[in-house]
Amino acid sequence: MSTPREPLWEVFVRSRRGLNHVHVGSLHAPDAAMALRNARDVYTRRQEGVSLWVVPATAITASSPEERDAFFDPAADKIYRHPTFYDVPEGVEHL
Amino acid sequence: MTTPRITPRTTSAHVDYVLGLADDALVSAQRMGWWISRAPQLEEDLALANIGLDLLGQARSLLSHAGRLEGEGRDEDDLAYWRDERDFRNVKLVERPQDDFGVAMARLLVLSTWQSELYAALQRSSDPVLAAVAAKASKEVAYHHDHARQWVLRLGDGTDESHARMQAALDAEWPWVAELFDQSHLDPALVAEGVAVAPESLREPVLRRLGDVVREATLEVPEVAPRVPGGRAGLHTEHLGRLLAEMQHLTRSHPGATW
Amino acid sequence: MYGNDFTAPDGLRPAPDAGGDEPASFLAVLADGGRIEPRDEMPEAYRRSLVRQIAQHAHSEIIGMQPEGNWIARAPSLRRKGILMAKVQDEAGHGLYLYAAAETLGVDRADLLDQLHDGRQKYSSIFNYPTLTWADMGAIGWLVDGAAIVNQVPLCRCSFGPYARAMVRVCKEESFHQRQGFEILHTLSHGTPAQRAMAQDAVDRYWWPSLMMFGPSDTGPDAATGHTAQSMAWGIKRFSNDELRQRFIDMTVPQAEALGLTLPDPELRWNDERGHYDHGPIDFTELFDVIKGNGPCNQERMAHRVGAHEDGAWVREAAEAYAAKRAPEAVA
Repeated sequence: MSTPREPLWEVFVRSRRGLNHVHVGSLHAPDAAMALRNARDVYTRRQEGVSLWVVPATAITASSPEERDAFFDPAADKIYRHPTFYDVPEGVEHL
Repeated sequence: MTTPRITPRTTSAHVDYVLGLADDALVSAQRMGWWISRAPQLEEDLALANIGLDLLGQARSLLSHAGRLEGEGRDEDDLAYWRDERDFRNVKLVERPQDDFGVAMARLLVLSTWQSELYAALQRSSDPVLAAVAAKASKEVAYHHDHARQWVLRLGDGTDESHARMQAALDAEWPWVAELFDQSHLDPALVAEGVAVAPESLREPVLRRLGDVVREATLEVPEVAPRVPGGRAGLHTEHLGRLLAEMQHLTRSHPGATW
Repeated sequence: MYGNDFTAPDGLRPAPDAGGDEPASFLAVLADGGRIEPRDEMPEAYRRSLVRQIAQHAHSEIIGMQPEGNWIARAPSLRRKGILMAKVQDEAGHGLYLYAAAETLGVDRADLLDQLHDGRQKYSSIFNYPTLTWADMGAIGWLVDGAAIVNQVPLCRCSFGPYARAMVRVCKEESFHQRQGFEILHTLSHGTPAQRAMAQDAVDRYWWPSLMMFGPSDTGPDAATGHTAQSMAWGIKRFSNDELRQRFIDMTVPQAEALGLTLPDPELRWNDERGHYDHGPIDFTELFDVIKGNGPCNQERMAHRVGAHEDGAWVREAAEAYAAKRAPEAVA
């Protein structure tokens, strides 16, 4: 018996208005319409969400661990991007 | 503005009407529960369980309401577990076995289409409890209808095999559709008072919506003779007795026990 | 259950997952107490071991739907019926989360299911016991889910990120499962004499199999057997089978007293010196026999599962065909 390989979908849930959609997991579905409905039944049974995204897992391009150093390490010494880098004289407010 | 004259009715007709809707939901939930662990895919196990839970919730609210209207102190479990076959008021559509996925989806399409029209109208019922239950259930059955529709489309326009099986499922369910619109066992006073929705009034919108989905699924609306009604009067198929025997046996083996 | 990973001693044991070729980056993350993520470098043996364990865990969840599903139609009140449906539904969800975690390691759920169906992969032997009375719904929730929770809570900190995250979700959802089981037994043990007897009988039958869920002894002279040592080195397993079992016993004995039910072990008593309950010897012969396929329900569970899968094939094929017709460009 042939077992169709149903596509894998990544599921993102907005837990309440004002927040980003956050990745919560994945599921299998034959197409986008069913994926969205399955996401509702699988990932929002306990009122976890007010909005859903489903994305074909194959559509995601991810950075690879080999690229990690080149991608992310150069940000490490740019500490001047953070407000805590700067000294503020005593008594100065709203800065 | 004059206050509408709503006479609280505790007649058996009113109780029977609510019981009918309750039993439709209860028997459907019982059949749906069978599918959990038997669905074609894991995601569908979850979906069917959600639908079953919605239907069970509707049944519980409606049974409790029927018990209060009746005024004899019977609660939801007294009504679910201690009535016999002849006292159940559900339509025969919902009581027959549904161990084929096509049949399950054909039936869910029929039931949810009918329930969505019914509950939309019942939100204006002069029985405020019925109106409130209908308002909540409307959202639930809208989802059930969408779910059934998605599957009927896929099975109808999927493979040759699924097309044939889906058509066969529709053919098997269709003779039982007409009973939903039968009003021979409904006291016309309930409709006149605005408690009940006239079953006949739902025929046109339900059949139209069903036909739309069936045709979109490249299937044909079956032309079959309707089976005789009677579920609302407690005249059932032989399947209901076995369903109830299974559902009720444990409770009835321990009279007076709490669980 | 549920994240445990053992076979009968003379069963088909996969080649031992020896460590040795661990990449430095992998060791550094472990040493740091961090999480390994799917695209990180990892030893092939670590990957294989995880796939096997997560798949077995997932299979256990979905086979575990059956013993309780057996009572959905017969639940003695509508409230209980709803709770049971929601619980069995959760088990499907938990299986789904776990399959998804395994899939991040480059396997396909359909392949894992095929391996379950043809017996290459196992599921927890606890589900090969029958549910004979309603009280078994209580005993499974209280004892079987209780044991599962003891085992699963440490897995929330396991070294593989997707598995740990799936377990966080599972544990959060499962918190009601054990409690509803306890409530069922509490109601029965305070009910009619027949209900009370039903509750005691269920506890008598499920106590020893629940203890066996933690697996064979893996401390003292048995420390070198099984996968425990390697799994602990890799941060997949945090505690030995015996430690977890002891934790479960210590937690459960006072609860049994609150229920007014007896645990079927005459040697069960508090040991002041150890600060733990002592218990009688566990006869693992039965466990291994059940794992080998001779349990009361092994064939039935598999037949049910394979039957559902085969009966659903035409539906899955139809959905695939429908999708292909609508997105021809997506089908290469």
